Amino acid sequence: MKRFAARMGPIGIVAVVIVAIVVFGAVLAPLIAPYDPTIGSVTQRYLGPSLEHLLGTDQAGRDIFSRLLWGARSSLVGPLIVVSITAVVGTALALTSVWWGGFVDSAISRVLDLLFAFPNLLLAVLAISVFGASLTTAAIALSIAYIPYTARVIRSTALRERNLPYIRSPQLQGISGLVITARHLLPNVAPLIVTGATINFGFAMIELAALSFLGLGVQPPDADWGLMVSSGQQSLISGYPAESILAGLCIVITVASLGYIGERLGGRSAAGRKA
Amino acid sequence: MMLDIRSLSLSIAVDGGPKEILHDVTLAVGRGEAVGLVGESGSGKSMTLRSVLRTEPRNATVTGAITLDGVDVLSLKGEPLRQLRAHQIAMIAQNPHAVLNPVLPISRYLVEGMHDAQGLSVAAARLRAGELLEQVGIDGVDRVLASYPHQLSGGMLQRVVIAGAIAGKPSLILADEPTTALDVTTQAEVMAILDDCRRELGMALLFVTHDLDLAAAVCDRINVMKDGVVVETGVPDQLRDHPAHPYTQQLMDSRPASIMWSPSDGSGE
Repeated sequence: MKRFAARMGPIGIVAVVIVAIVVFGAVLAPLIAPYDPTIGSVTQRYLGPSLEHLLGTDQAGRDIFSRLLWGARSSLVGPLIVVSITAVVGTALALTSVWWGGFVDSAISRVLDLLFAFPNLLLAVLAISVFGASLTTAAIALSIAYIPYTARVIRSTALRERNLPYIRSPQLQGISGLVITARHLLPNVAPLIVTGATINFGFAMIELAALSFLGLGVQPPDADWGLMVSSGQQSLISGYPAESILAGLCIVITVASLGYIGERLGGRSAAGRKA
Repeated sequence: MMLDIRSLSLSIAVDGGPKEILHDVTLAVGRGEAVGLVGESGSGKSMTLRSVLRTEPRNATVTGAITLDGVDVLSLKGEPLRQLRAHQIAMIAQNPHAVLNPVLPISRYLVEGMHDAQGLSVAAARLRAGELLEQVGIDGVDRVLASYPHQLSGGMLQRVVIAGAIAGKPSLILADEPTTALDVTTQAEVMAILDDCRRELGMALLFVTHDLDLAAAVCDRINVMKDGVVVETGVPDQLRDHPAHPYTQQLMDSRPASIMWSPSDGSGE
């Protein structure tokens, strides 16, 4: 715990606390949200902050605080799907490619290059136009777009480790490639996977919010931060910017915190390697 | 002969055509025999060993033949190759610090070799790991098994590697400068342990070194290698007293012992 705190530094600790609050809010949303996030009341539109509605209400008379809490759920689950798929598939591809080398490596690398050439959002929009708009489709499409980033970074590090004697010698002992990869190679690239996942999480959050903003991700009336930025646009014009600004702030602060945490994790492990 | 290397040539594709690393190397190791392969850095000694284990570089072209107990090693791949490495040939490398995974304890190294490669149960492998460490002269076996590589000295680690090498009772041990990375006081000790274990278990040894004296002390026959070619083969005494090739003479003369003492003085210990 102390080591972790030292690794994070003061700003990092603030970032960790912020992320913890967001996760907490998302998990406990059904318990702590004072109102139903999807049901509003026409008589309660555009209320300012008050004890009854901590952050006021939106154009449909829904409690913004409750919507932000519930919105944290889809805003976190989406990136979680993306990061999990990306980390697992990306790592598997990278390690396969590194272990076999030669033709397998070239083949996997070329496919990744191909994916690289595709803009992430375009790929997602394409998938959505085929499979229909939903958070799952958006998340899966984005995962595929993210795989090359993860796979490349892990591949380059694993490639260096692969040629070190401690990876080669078990091979000479007659231990199979699968066992060596899982037991020796994977643990030694694991810090990189964690770091990459943390940073990717932030990016995925923004891009999924963007998709929801465009109406391609989470569908109304469900609560989602990206969707709230979008639906808040109309109130913004009417002179009530609270919804868009608050949802936007949630995204920015969470993503910035995750990015900082990821950087601290990564920077530290890079320094550890040099020593 | 058990291990037969015949007309082994190996070239590596580099810019401007293939570069020949080994040329027409022929050598043999009989059952239980210790054979030395002596030469300076870059003479191709290690590459010869790597060819026997089929870990030559990917872009290398190998011609000739390597057979172990009549099996054509050069044609092996996949599972049969893994079996060969697991059961018949063991390798001891120069730097034990580099060979062991730095984040795993010693016991894992030994157990992994016996469990994953040779198919012993984990419990049996644990038990055997302790016996093996005793066999290579380590006191406080339990403490050593629980240690991490950075907690042990080079000499200690090389003993662990030797224990791992003899664990599968291979018929051949390949040793690539096994004592070069160790400090002088432990060199002789480790070499003696390796030699004792080998003799006791009747394993053959192909011993690569640049130290002709050391090779002479432990080997039945010695091959002298220069620029990828075996220039001379003979029994130690013959090479020492009547080197036929000028390079052998040169190697003899370059020993520290021969500078400080008279050449016939032997190891100088």
